Amino acid sequence: MNFPILSSLILLPSIGALFLFFTRGNKKNNFTTKYVALFTSAVNFFLSIYLWILFDPSTSNFQFVEERIWIEDFINYKVGVDGISILFILLTTFITPLCIISVNNSIKERLSEFLIAVLIMESFMIGVFCSLDLVIFYLFFEAGLIPMFLIIGIWGGARRVYSAFKFFLYTLLGSVLMLVAIITIYWLNGTTDVVELYNSGIDIKYQNLLWLAFFSSFAVKTPMWPVHTWLPDAHVEAPTAGSVLLAAILLKMAGYGFIRFSLGLFPTASEIFTPLIYTLSVIAIIFTSFIALMQEDMKKLIAYSSVAHMGYVTLGIFTIQQQGIEGSIIQMISHGLVSAALFLCVGVVYDRMHSRLINTYGGIVSIIPKYSILFMLFTLAALGLPGTSGFVGEFLILMGAFKDNFLVAVIASIGVIIGAAYMLWLYKRVVFGKLVNTNLRQMFDLNRSELFILSCLAVPTLFFGFYPDPLINTIEVSISDLINQYNFKLASQI
Amino acid sequence: MEISIIALPLIASIISGFFGKFIGDRNSEIITSLLVSISAIFSSLVFYEVIINQYQENIIIATWISSGSLEVNWSMKIDPLSSVMLVVVTSVSALVHIYSIGYMSHDPHKPRFMAYLSLFTFAMLMLVTSDNFIQLFFGWEGVGLCSYFLIGFWFKKESANKAAIKAFVVNRVGDFGFALGIFLIFYLFGTVNYSEVFNQISNITDKNLLFLGIKFNSVDLICLLLFIGAMGKSAQILLHTWLPDAMEGPTPVSALIHAATMVTAGVFLVVRCSPIYEYSELALNVITVVGMSTAFFAATVALVQNDIKKIIAYSTCSQLGYMFFATGVGAYNVAMFHLFTHAFFKALLFLGSGSVIHAFKDEQNINYMGGVWKKLPYTYSLMIIGTLALTGFPFLSGFYSKDAIIEFAYLRGNTAGYYAAGIGIFTAFLTSIYSWRLIFKTFHGEYNNKEIKLDETHESPIVMLIPLFLLSIGALFAGFLFKELFIGYEGQNNFWRDSIFFLKPLSTDHPPLWFLLLTPILVTLSIPLSYYLFLKNKSLSEQIANINKPLYHFLLNKWYFDELYDVLFVKPSKKLGLFLWKFFDIKIIDGFGPDGISTMIKKFSVRANKFQSGYIYQYAFVMLLGFSALLTFLIVK
Repeated sequence: MNFPILSSLILLPSIGALFLFFTRGNKKNNFTTKYVALFTSAVNFFLSIYLWILFDPSTSNFQFVEERIWIEDFINYKVGVDGISILFILLTTFITPLCIISVNNSIKERLSEFLIAVLIMESFMIGVFCSLDLVIFYLFFEAGLIPMFLIIGIWGGARRVYSAFKFFLYTLLGSVLMLVAIITIYWLNGTTDVVELYNSGIDIKYQNLLWLAFFSSFAVKTPMWPVHTWLPDAHVEAPTAGSVLLAAILLKMAGYGFIRFSLGLFPTASEIFTPLIYTLSVIAIIFTSFIALMQEDMKKLIAYSSVAHMGYVTLGIFTIQQQGIEGSIIQMISHGLVSAALFLCVGVVYDRMHSRLINTYGGIVSIIPKYSILFMLFTLAALGLPGTSGFVGEFLILMGAFKDNFLVAVIASIGVIIGAAYMLWLYKRVVFGKLVNTNLRQMFDLNRSELFILSCLAVPTLFFGFYPDPLINTIEVSISDLINQYNFKLASQI
Repeated sequence: MEISIIALPLIASIISGFFGKFIGDRNSEIITSLLVSISAIFSSLVFYEVIINQYQENIIIATWISSGSLEVNWSMKIDPLSSVMLVVVTSVSALVHIYSIGYMSHDPHKPRFMAYLSLFTFAMLMLVTSDNFIQLFFGWEGVGLCSYFLIGFWFKKESANKAAIKAFVVNRVGDFGFALGIFLIFYLFGTVNYSEVFNQISNITDKNLLFLGIKFNSVDLICLLLFIGAMGKSAQILLHTWLPDAMEGPTPVSALIHAATMVTAGVFLVVRCSPIYEYSELALNVITVVGMSTAFFAATVALVQNDIKKIIAYSTCSQLGYMFFATGVGAYNVAMFHLFTHAFFKALLFLGSGSVIHAFKDEQNINYMGGVWKKLPYTYSLMIIGTLALTGFPFLSGFYSKDAIIEFAYLRGNTAGYYAAGIGIFTAFLTSIYSWRLIFKTFHGEYNNKEIKLDETHESPIVMLIPLFLLSIGALFAGFLFKELFIGYEGQNNFWRDSIFFLKPLSTDHPPLWFLLLTPILVTLSIPLSYYLFLKNKSLSEQIANINKPLYHFLLNKWYFDELYDVLFVKPSKKLGLFLWKFFDIKIIDGFGPDGISTMIKKFSVRANKFQSGYIYQYAFVMLLGFSALLTFLIVK
């Protein structure tokens, strides 16, 4: 395989963005602008599907590896995928075109600039998921902040500046420590190549501090309790497409980081800090579920539910059980689909009524039935009903957690009850009931593009609920190998 | 053919749900009813094969989840136990489908309703034919979902929506226990397939687990956790509050889901897991006590309720209690027998009450009925049959199954058993009284409805009466016909084979004659008694209520469970949510975190700003100060 498929995946959206940059300015061009962006991201999606087909799930080695010297003896541009990362790349390339289709309902100004931001972001995200060098990873990881910052700050709602800064400061603060840790690793081992670091291991003396440095960055991005408060604000102010990208892809970087780096590089420290992760995860699940119950703003509710769902993810990762980690990855993919869909669902009614408050709505089921059906499906997926992808992830995580620690699994399971309560209550207040607000009568049902987007998200949500094998097959070997390596390193104190 | 039993209802649901608009109301009604009826016929064939040819099969349809050592298949297990459930579910479902054509004739959303009914049937079949705990859980939550949809079917009614959410969330509480039970099973056995779990169970009976410093026997723990799930689904005391509220749904739904099939899933679960439960004396005793308490509690509440459907709902709750205490005393086959007969007469009663409600144009309060037995002759006589069967009047189906439960409880020979038998007899008496109260108040006496003229009440159409008639045959003869098959006393029980496991064979003794006669006599005597109380001398029953006002209100308000839960769980949850959000997140985390830091930095920078005044003399003065300080320092040193 000489064709640099991963680099193409990373570069292609940027090339599209560059093209848009040079042709922007002409207002009449909006239509073509959108199609250029859509075409670029669609090609990228098919390329990633091709990657998935070529991908060999029977080995845990990195595949499609490309390596180029960037700075002699210091940084190499090195990318590659294994079972852990490939699904995230697919998620990114799948969600981005849907976001681009969704913009004509929500973004009215500076369309081409918005699309440039989205495409650049896609590049960076794919970069995050396939970089095999810590410095490269860090660059992509941090660069991803910039387009998101702009999306919230420029196209956001009334309090957009506050939210954008809160988002930026929170995430940057954590990342600074990660940068220090990466430099330290370079001093210690003389390389930042992930594969080499996997093999050589990192001195136990430094592992705890390094782990904490990485953790501070990942915890903010996940977001874990108590550094989650930027997320509801960011979501509320972000435009629909921004919320979708944020929830579906950006939050997954940290989960991926935990698996790839925290577990892979610092097994001894991970073992030591597992109780910390468990505690924070369980608090996140329970606290934010209760908070979600009382929200009056639909987007805030879903944002808080995202924190709870990510709590399951972090919980599953640190069980170091096959079921737990597999469940976490499936939960992340599922959350990527479902939360994206839920934010789009909020976007649909917001575009029509310009309100995100729950009590604006009520009794719309007979006015917009198609919307109601799809919204119901995603509500059910969010509360983890068997037959949706949400169930598979959540159930596997709890199963893995139960093997490791009874108490944690028991408390985390309580979240499932509250989850059902807040999601169904949200749905009831928005869709069912008597029609009180007569303005709602003017709402029209999903248009073609909205129906298309939501159906695109509904199909995999259901399909992977009934048949998650394609996902599990892809990740199985990589994860069992990761766990073996982890236990081996732990036993031999590397 | 076996797979089509499950597939047909699903297909019916998809056709009616997605294409109902295109094919029209009538066509979706016909298609769903037809496909489910075919499924019912196939089920009877399978049942026949199982009885005659000892047919047994475990069909694997596809893999579902395989993660590490966890292997879960989509499967269809056919054995005596599941074949009984197949027949009950599909036949009652088919009749309810047909009945709904008449009952829902004025509703604008017929295809949606039929789609839900068929989808429910599919989920229920997945539940009963599963060969592993996770597919069981799929069906378990699936039926819960359909129940949610159907309770809230009239989505404009606030109360219906509330009841739907309540049903789902209370069931989730049960499912929480159930899921933990499954996790524990996977933890201990490394598999979730029935056969593998049941084979290994005897190896771990002595194994103890530590949880929060307390030692638990692992088998006890599995059994109790699974039973929490069963309590939720089968509306046992503490987790029963959703069932009476679920009556907000259309009546055919109450008949199918909240009487004949879904609510019996808990009983099915315990019977299915008899190989585990047999090793846990503790769990069996707990089940006996819970079942008995539910039977008694629900019967007392049913005595004073005025909503026709709520009375029957509490009656269902109570009968489910009977089934549970049958399993608790180890008589799993008797529990299944009662489940089987109960499906017929309870569905009959519900559909009959639906027919009454239909006649009264959606009036459900029995105080506003009365004196219509001549106007509704068929409904009346069929309801009488259902009532007789329910109360256990000699030689009707309830007689065989309910009396058998009481007998086996007695024969168990331990305290719990005697206690259960005693309460069982007393509850049977209460059952009889509240059932006849319903009949007398609904059909006899004076006509009490002011809004509808007596002449306007009318008998239901034929499409509603046929299912009633068929169910009444079941209510009349199912007990007599299937008695030998389900609970035959003679020798080894051949029908159930290894689908039900008995650690110790059931006692084949007979209780003393006086004991056998006690229940039928009480039940028969209660007919004239309730005739006197509720028809002949109404003031007496009112006087009793007046004298015991606190007790009466206690019962009328259903032992205040709803109020208690509201104070204990619902309100605190909301308060906690507000507290965590407004105080913890906004005041503490944001206040000390990003907002606090940014205000602090602002304050600092305002101070720092003041230094840069731009006046040369100030700068020079500071320089001079610094210079002299440095000089002093050097000199002193």
